[in-house]
Amino acid sequence: MSKLFSKDNQKVFLEPLNINNPILIQVLGICSALAVTAKLEPAIVMGLSVTVIMAFSNVIISLIRKTIPNRIRIIIQLVVVAALVTIVSMILKAFAYDVSVQLSVYVGLIITNCILMGRLEAFAMTNGPWESLLDGVGNGLGYAWILVVVGGVRELLGSGTLLNIRLIPQSFYDAGYMNNGMMTMPAMAMILLGCVIWVHRSFIKE
Amino acid sequence: MKLNTNSNIYTIVYAAVVVIIVAFLLAFASSVLSGRSNANEQNDKKKQILASLGERDVQDADVQTTYEKYIMADMIINDKGEILNEGKNKDKDGFAVARKGISKDCLPVYKCMADSVEFYVIPLVGKGLWGGIWGYMAVNGDGKTVKGVYFSHESETAGLGSLIKDDVNFQLQFNDKLLYDSTWNVVLTLKKNGLADKQSQTECDGISGATLTGNGVNNMIKEYLNLYKEFFRKNLEEKTVNQ
Repeated sequence: MSKLFSKDNQKVFLEPLNINNPILIQVLGICSALAVTAKLEPAIVMGLSVTVIMAFSNVIISLIRKTIPNRIRIIIQLVVVAALVTIVSMILKAFAYDVSVQLSVYVGLIITNCILMGRLEAFAMTNGPWESLLDGVGNGLGYAWILVVVGGVRELLGSGTLLNIRLIPQSFYDAGYMNNGMMTMPAMAMILLGCVIWVHRSFIKE
Repeated sequence: MKLNTNSNIYTIVYAAVVVIIVAFLLAFASSVLSGRSNANEQNDKKKQILASLGERDVQDADVQTTYEKYIMADMIINDKGEILNEGKNKDKDGFAVARKGISKDCLPVYKCMADSVEFYVIPLVGKGLWGGIWGYMAVNGDGKTVKGVYFSHESETAGLGSLIKDDVNFQLQFNDKLLYDSTWNVVLTLKKNGLADKQSQTECDGISGATLTGNGVNNMIKEYLNLYKEFFRKNLEEKTVNQ
């Protein structure tokens, strides 16, 4: 047990959450972070889907890493990720239809998420299944929490709600408050993300 | 003997095996889950039709019974107003026509009944700003006034264009509006936000910041009302003759 949660493994899991965050530090996976964060709920589901897919694909690739022919390794990684993404989107359609409608094409686009390919190539190809699982979950959560922060701010300021529950009372609107329409545009997500990175860098000095 | 994982034969065999395994996995998952996801899709379609005739927020479990309470038949007609299929086979006729399958020779019409008054629901399909939009319009038995509408979309801007689906008040303002004038020209229009005359029988107000989505909705309504025009005209004539 002690070996499973050794110092090194803890580092593998915790680093991507903060000091080696895929979005904040490596600036990967930006495209989907901009697209699905207009509301909080799709941001959460997207974060979880990416975490699950990243964990599974990391483990699978790590298990078969020694058999993969070097010349087609990227293609094999893609096939594994694509298969997992398709299965997840089918499961969402069958068990969480409303959410799958909301996420529409973005679930399919997880295939092209650079974090996934990056982790498979940089980590799972050279490490064991357990470490790869930790790395996958860590990176997935590191991606997810940024999405949740950006999605939360955008939904609150853009629509006055969180998880579709109205938080800004009607009396505010009657008094002349208006939702910020800019917040619902992807451009604002870019600016917000920039702010998050700015705050993060000013606290974490390398 | 150690396998040479870089040889050509190994590479080809490996790729083939991986692809076959994945294909089987996906086919298996798809066949296990397709029943459920098809049922979900049909349920969702019924929910949208019910929303158009004013039954919003129907619980998933009650969709089927509510649907059967209102919808008598799912007919198929053409743009000349001829009934091609009476739609008596429960969800197998007009209901089974997918959005992409709608053409001028294959137009679904849902014949409905509420408090022994007959009315119709027609589908609408069009293009929004970023992707497809669609909806259902419940038309009163006279064929000339709106009973209710429901719109939905694939990928309109969240918080702006997406309000055609999320803003119930936007949909409710269509109620009781006039579709055709006395010579059966389509008169229902969706104006830019703030430009609609509140007293008008034919104008609806668009959504602020979603003018292009609104244009899409407007074009969609115009196109489909033209397609169904003959059906409503014939229908009304028959009724007047019978009386």
